[in-house]
Amino acid sequence: QNVGCRTLSLSAHVGFDSLPDQLLRKSIKHGFYFNILCIGETGIGKSALMSSLFNTNFEDSPSTHFLSSVRLRAQTCELQESNVLLKLTVVKTVGFGDQVNKADTYQPIVDYIDAQFEAYLEEELKVIRSLFSYHDTRIHVCLYFISPTGRSLKTIDLLTMRSLDSKVNIIPVIGKADSISKSELQEFKKKIMSELVSNGIRIYQLPTDDETVSEINTITNGYLPFAVVGSMEKVKVGNKMVRARQYPWGIVKVENESHCDTVKLRRMLCTNMEDLKEKTRSYYESYRRCRLEKLGCRDIGPENKPVSLQEVIEAKRLEFCLEMERKEEEIKQRFLQRVNEKTAMLEEAEQQASMPVLTKYARLMLMHQEEELKLEEKKKILEDEIAQFIEKKAITVSIQSQVSVSTPVVSLK
Amino acid sequence: PHAGSVESKNEATMSELVPEPRQKPAVPMKPMGINTSLLGYIGIDTIIEQMRKKTMKTGFDFNIMVVGQSGLGKSTLVNTLFKSQVSRKSSGWNREEKIPKTVEIKAIGHVIEEGGVKMKLTVIDTPGFGDQINNENCWEPIEKYINEQYEKFLKEEVNIARKKRIPDTRVHCCLYFISPTGHSLRPLDLEFMKHLSKVVNIIPVIAKADTMTLEEKTEFKQRVRKELEVNGIEFYPQKEFDEDLEDKTENDKIRQESMPFAVVGSDKEYQVNGKRVLGRKTPWGIIEVENLNHCEFALLRDFVIRTHLQDLKEVTHNIHYETYRAKRLNGNGGLPPMTVETEENHESNL
Repeated sequence: QNVGCRTLSLSAHVGFDSLPDQLLRKSIKHGFYFNILCIGETGIGKSALMSSLFNTNFEDSPSTHFLSSVRLRAQTCELQESNVLLKLTVVKTVGFGDQVNKADTYQPIVDYIDAQFEAYLEEELKVIRSLFSYHDTRIHVCLYFISPTGRSLKTIDLLTMRSLDSKVNIIPVIGKADSISKSELQEFKKKIMSELVSNGIRIYQLPTDDETVSEINTITNGYLPFAVVGSMEKVKVGNKMVRARQYPWGIVKVENESHCDTVKLRRMLCTNMEDLKEKTRSYYESYRRCRLEKLGCRDIGPENKPVSLQEVIEAKRLEFCLEMERKEEEIKQRFLQRVNEKTAMLEEAEQQASMPVLTKYARLMLMHQEEELKLEEKKKILEDEIAQFIEKKAITVSIQSQVSVSTPVVSLK
Repeated sequence: PHAGSVESKNEATMSELVPEPRQKPAVPMKPMGINTSLLGYIGIDTIIEQMRKKTMKTGFDFNIMVVGQSGLGKSTLVNTLFKSQVSRKSSGWNREEKIPKTVEIKAIGHVIEEGGVKMKLTVIDTPGFGDQINNENCWEPIEKYINEQYEKFLKEEVNIARKKRIPDTRVHCCLYFISPTGHSLRPLDLEFMKHLSKVVNIIPVIAKADTMTLEEKTEFKQRVRKELEVNGIEFYPQKEFDEDLEDKTENDKIRQESMPFAVVGSDKEYQVNGKRVLGRKTPWGIIEVENLNHCEFALLRDFVIRTHLQDLKEVTHNIHYETYRAKRLNGNGGLPPMTVETEENHESNL
């Protein structure tokens, strides 16, 4: 967008040439991420190579050959060199190439790579997002380990690499290269490269457009695929401990460039981290494009752009709103439910608490009433008796008065 | 291969005010294999050089807006900041031109280069701000412009086939010019900053500071700071965005002592003590713009350009833009429906 912008010359030092340093200072503060994927058969030396490349122990418990499908295992570690802090994640395949039927061997790997893209895309599409502090798990480079047969690539190698070359930077390496002689190695490398070309498989090539590095990069590109040797152990050579493999006939030194290409690989990875990440971003953009197109968005022509954009935004917004509504409803329901439960509990308790009181009172009342009735009855009976007695008394008195005149005292019975 | 630290390379091009990149303290040993001392050099630290190369190749965008009543020296100051004729003052505008009846937004872009670093600088001027009889809502066109740039960026970001490097026209920094009355902020100042500090980084400056004595300056600055605090106006650097203790102590000092910067601008040179300096000539002496005893221009320049340029961009991108985006994706949330402005308002120096 420099059309129409005049280039101006400055009359004195302004100071914005410190801008790259300001940017770097911030990047250093936040640290860097780098994610490597290692694909190779069980026992081909993935862990040994990683440990050798980064002088860190990436050892795993040795895995069985009898897994039913390929799995992936990730390990993260932090490496520090001067003021650079690198968070390195190494993902290794487990059980690759072990199955009797290798038809779907590469699928879990493709799925894993896609899953990392998907996770990033999800974060990017969120309404409230924090891309700034997002732990980027997208795979920046894939090291494909070729078996040191000395002949050619296997079918599974071709199939796997072809399924991955549009999603990730592939660097083919020959594992356990100390089992091949120098002369065989040259032939082997040539064969591999020509097979890759004839099968249309794209591997990562160092950039040769920048004149400062194009010469070195062209030479390094010529060493592909790298014949690597890794070792977990260190052997005493002279008065130093170096990573090496000790054989009866000699010592293979991992860091010796005439013994193997491990150091070349390390150099290539470290000096091109930024370029690898840049290319990964392009692969991510392709993934994103496919994914959004599948969702039904289109970017046809400039007039339609705003429309489809609105639709995407609208769709996402609706989705978000619906999700919020649903959650709100859910919470409401749960709340109501709890309220009901609590109310029921309280009512029951109230009943229980108040029932004895009521019944007691009722019982007392009843008792009272019964007693009252009884008393009434008794009273009545007594009154009757009193009445009877008075009557009897009256009669007796009248009879007495009649008899007292004529007869002697006779006891009345 | 070389062993050891690479610090020396980074220091050479930085000015004296830029703090050195501190060494990160050694990380304690964790079972997952963290190395405090790698046996032999691996080469991870070359990533710094790779990044530097990359950024130098792609260049930078920086968009600065100046707001204030006419006559406060906005254009002169921007020219002084970037040591070249970058403002609209130089693009055919002359002093006899009538003050516009409404606030206009004029953006002028230039490409400047220094030390191998290419920068596309856009200066956005706002003639007419605060110059009317009735200045109610005169910040609205400005707010609208700022939001339009966010909208442009968002549209490009949401595209399916999008550009690798999205052109950035968002306003990274807004210099607000305060009139040197010596008393306090005016209602217009407060209204503007209240509304706009939520959408853009505002750096308040006291214009034409050569009309105040040192004591008046200190008092005025204190009063302005107090008023801004009382009104809840968060100017850049905002407290809540300090990333760590290092940032906080550095920024606290700036927030509580230096800001707002009392500045004087000039594009004329005079001879003082055998040196050619930028200054203003008065009967009672020459005011040297870059002399810290005379005014705080050098502080403003170092702050905006030499130490916090990248941070201004990052706060704009990570916070202001994200806030706008979230509001927009949540069903407008009060924003008016957007139409992207065509390039009519953007002048360029041809």
